[in-house]
Amino acid sequence: MVLNSIDKLLEKYENGETSLKEEQVLKNYFSGDNVAPHLEHYKPMFVYFLGNQQEQYTKALPLKTKRTFNYRWLSVAAVAVIMLGVYFSRPVDYGTIDDPELAFNEVSKQLAMISNHFNKGTATVNYLDEMNKGTSTLNYLNEIENSTSIIFKTKN
Amino acid sequence: MTQNEFLNIVMPFKDKVFRLAKRLLVSTEEAEDATQEVLLKLWKNKGKIGEYKNVEAFSMTMTKNFCFDKLKSKQAQNLKIVHSNYEEKNTPLQKQVELNDSVSWVERIIEELPEQQRMIIQLRDIEEYDFDEIAKMLDMNNTAVRVTLSRARKTIRERLTNTHNYGIK
Repeated sequence: MVLNSIDKLLEKYENGETSLKEEQVLKNYFSGDNVAPHLEHYKPMFVYFLGNQQEQYTKALPLKTKRTFNYRWLSVAAVAVIMLGVYFSRPVDYGTIDDPELAFNEVSKQLAMISNHFNKGTATVNYLDEMNKGTSTLNYLNEIENSTSIIFKTKN
Repeated sequence: MTQNEFLNIVMPFKDKVFRLAKRLLVSTEEAEDATQEVLLKLWKNKGKIGEYKNVEAFSMTMTKNFCFDKLKSKQAQNLKIVHSNYEEKNTPLQKQVELNDSVSWVERIIEELPEQQRMIIQLRDIEEYDFDEIAKMLDMNNTAVRVTLSRARKTIRERLTNTHNYGIK
C-alpha cells in the first residue's frame, strides 16, 4: 500500500509535478532503512540531497564597519582653521605718538635714515660709471670704420 | 544599518548562496569567494536592502549571475586542448574509493548536467524553494522550470540506474 503510493509519487516526481510536501515524503522514505529493493537505486539521490543541505559557508565575512573618510568635512575644518588664524593674529599694536611735533620729528628722522641707507646703496652702483668709460673708449672703433668705409667706397 | 542587523538578514540564506555557487563553480574555494563577493555587494548596497522585495531571492539571482560571469571569463581564459586523449585510463585510487560511495555518484552525475538543470535541481531538491520563487530567481516561467527539472531528474535517475545495474559509470 505504502509502496504503491511511493511508486506513484516517484512518477509524479520525475515529471516535476510533486509539491514540496510530497517531495519531503519521498526524502523521508528513502532516508529510512526499509526501502523496497526495486527502488534501491533512488536512495543515493535522496540521501545526497539531504546531505547536501548540511553544507555550510564557514568563511568569515570581512564587513567593513569603518566609514570611509568624508572629504567634504575636510574643507569645513580648513575654513575653521583659517578663521581662527585670522581671529587670533590681528596686527600688533606698535604704539602711536599723540604730539604732532614729536611725530613729525620722528618721521623725518626715519626718512633721513632711509635716504641715508639708500644713498649708501646707490654709491656702490656708481662703479657702473667705470663701465661707461670703457665703452666710450670703444667709440674710437668708429674712426676705423669711417676710414674703411672710405676705402670701400673708392673701390666701388 | 548596523553589522548585526545585516547579518541577521543574511544569515538564513548565506549557506544557500554558497551551495548554489558551489553547484555552479564546483570548486569549494571558488564558491567561497563567490559567496563573499555576493554578500559584500549586498553589504555595500545595504542602504537599498529595504527596497528589495525579497532579499533572499535577489541574492540568489545575484549569485547565479556572478557565477555565470565567472564561468564565462574562465572559458575565455582557458585554452582548450583539442586532443585530450591523454586522460588516465585507470581512475586514480582516490577517485575509485570515492566512486565506491554511491552518494558521490550523484554528485558527479549532477556535475555533468547542463548549468540550467544543475541550478534548478539545486534550488528545488536541495534548497526546497517553490516553483514560483525559482522562476523569479532564474527569470524563467513556471512551466519551463518544471520541464527542466523533470528532465534533470530523469537524467539523474537513468544514470543512477545504469550505475546500479552494471556497476560502471
